[in-house]
Amino acid sequence: MSALGKDLLGLEGLSREQIQLILDTAEPFKEVSERPIKKVPALRGKTIVNLFFEASTRTRISFEFAEKRLSADTVNVAVQGSSVSKGETLVDTARNLEAMRIDMVVIRHPASGAARFLAERIRSNVINAGDGKHEHPTQGLLDLLTLRDRFGRLEGLKVCLCGDVAHSRVARSNIWGLLKMGAEVAVCGPPSLLPRGVEALGVTVFHRIDEAIRWADALNILRLQLERMEAGFIPSLREYNRVFGVTSERLTRAPRELIILHPGPMNRGVEIDSDVADGPSSVILPQVTNGVAVRMAVLYLLAGGAPDWAADPSRVEER
Amino acid sequence: MNPLLLRGGRVIDPSRGTDGVADLLVLDGRIEAVGHHIAPPPDTEVRELGGKVVAPGLIDLHVHFREPGQEDLETIATGAAAAAAGGFTAVCAMPNTDPVTDNQAAVGFIVRQAIRAAKARVYPIAAITLGQKGQQLAEFGELVGAGAVAVSDDGHPLVSSHIMRTALEYARTFGIPVADHCEDPTLSAGGSMHEGLVSTRLGLKGIPAAAEEIMVARDILLSELTGGHIHLCHMSTRGSVDLIRRAKQKGLRVTAEATPHHFTLTHERVEGYDTHAKMNPPLREEADRDAIRQALVDGTIDVIATDHAPHHYDAKEREFDEAPNGIIGLETALSLGLRELVEPGLLTLSDLLARMSTIPARTFHLPGGSLAVGAPADVVVFDPDARWTAGPGDFRSRSRNTPFLGASLVGRVELTLVDGREVYRRG
Repeated sequence: MSALGKDLLGLEGLSREQIQLILDTAEPFKEVSERPIKKVPALRGKTIVNLFFEASTRTRISFEFAEKRLSADTVNVAVQGSSVSKGETLVDTARNLEAMRIDMVVIRHPASGAARFLAERIRSNVINAGDGKHEHPTQGLLDLLTLRDRFGRLEGLKVCLCGDVAHSRVARSNIWGLLKMGAEVAVCGPPSLLPRGVEALGVTVFHRIDEAIRWADALNILRLQLERMEAGFIPSLREYNRVFGVTSERLTRAPRELIILHPGPMNRGVEIDSDVADGPSSVILPQVTNGVAVRMAVLYLLAGGAPDWAADPSRVEER
Repeated sequence: MNPLLLRGGRVIDPSRGTDGVADLLVLDGRIEAVGHHIAPPPDTEVRELGGKVVAPGLIDLHVHFREPGQEDLETIATGAAAAAAGGFTAVCAMPNTDPVTDNQAAVGFIVRQAIRAAKARVYPIAAITLGQKGQQLAEFGELVGAGAVAVSDDGHPLVSSHIMRTALEYARTFGIPVADHCEDPTLSAGGSMHEGLVSTRLGLKGIPAAAEEIMVARDILLSELTGGHIHLCHMSTRGSVDLIRRAKQKGLRVTAEATPHHFTLTHERVEGYDTHAKMNPPLREEADRDAIRQALVDGTIDVIATDHAPHHYDAKEREFDEAPNGIIGLETALSLGLRELVEPGLLTLSDLLARMSTIPARTFHLPGGSLAVGAPADVVVFDPDARWTAGPGDFRSRSRNTPFLGASLVGRVELTLVDGREVYRRG
């Protein structure tokens, strides 16, 4: 069993030490992506299926690069629509994959709990690449890594998750990850987009973006799905931008430099203005770079990689 | 049929408030005598029941038997057999079958299938509206004539307050209750569990308590307006209990039921996305569960009903959002009542049996719920002290969707009689 257990389903179930291990393991993997030949043999001979039941560009490509740079053999399966509408149930899909003797499954699914469902039914390692509104642990980890790069620490850092927290798996993974690493966490948004009882998780709640800007060291600005307006959670995108949008004008009132994260894809001019997204405080592209390193670390650790190797992946080949 | 003497059991009859060791003689399908040292007539079968309880057969006002339409999940015969195994001598079958029980022929079909099955009695509940579409009233007069004992659009929230009003008014003609599944669908849409801290953590869309309470409040107001008898199905929240309590203080014709799962489990049971904890209304918070228990103690909630809802193994073996609502309940209801309500000292055994037999009979104007001499011998015998663990082989139902598989249960049904006829015997 690896240092992370069989699967990575969410950050709620990880200890501070396990998160620390992943982040530390990711550090040397960053360098692999900077080499002319971006490959280490750590997962040579391992077969990995990227099983995506939901459209995703960034996450799927990031996982695929991470797998390939670790020399794994990968297959991408994109199932449009839910498994039910395709006639095959998730449990049958799982059994078929098992029968093909794959080592790992990376799953993205619109139903909360789908990754766990799969993990409980197959022997392969399962990595949750986003399940419904539940968790997106590798996104949470890459956000942690990016914050740690920038601030040199996570302990005591004040991070506010802004926007549609209710429907966000990114928010949940961030809340768990940040709290476990000793950061202070807040959420900011209209009450109609905040989940019931969120303060019981140990987070501060703001309803005005200006309060969040005054409080925070970093804002993680969540994507506002356009269907939230149609479903009656907010009146209009225009008003959302005026009341909750992160604009450079608002940021000028911050008492200190505020680091800006966004999990993407961005709705420019809705939750975030372009000059903020492209501005000097934005770490949105470093997040993407770190995504590959964090996913390499997770894959490597789940495959049984030992922490002492992780300090220097180039030594893997020597063993 | 030979006479049957049940000798030396603890005979509890909530309808008369009696509880003591006695003999009970069944003759020609009726209770011939209850008393001490009854001399058995010739050819009497005698059963010695020291330590066992003899009580009126249990009556469940809320089951789903899936026939017609989904006989692979449950039939009237398998459902009635499950009922008998759970100590129930009568159940009321909800009309959300396929086709819907909204006409005389459909009601008659259920009555005939139940007679053919010859297990527990099955009383049809007919639909309030044609096709349970919430638009046009079904023909209550014809339905009652064919054997319906109540009307309900259970499974489909009756949104129109106007239709609910006219249903309550019109039902008065026939003296039947209107049973409502209280749910505001605009608040519950897309929800798959109780809205609270657990739904927040699991990332599942929640159903707020207010989705139920809004309709409970509406139904109570309409009962007051019309004088009609509203029966509120499977109450799950503390707020609903408060509303019903006030309605009863005003003397309104409001009755209510609660399920064993709502007085036993809370939303924490959904942890791990356990689809056997998915039901509608959803499992709520501890304060809600405690309020339901208290309401069963003080009578705010009149009866325990199971909402027995069979589903295929496959249907529950899937993503939480996509799994169907509901669990089977007939064969664990008495044990859960004993374990959760009697053992902790909330209800006496007699009070529990009242909420599971005598009061259900009164609520829906059904025969039974009594051991009076001359009454049909609908009787349950159970061992109140038996400890057992529910395994898949213990169920007569065609389905196994229950969160109580593997649970430690208290009390076990030994014998169930309907009209003096043995419809279940353990072992």
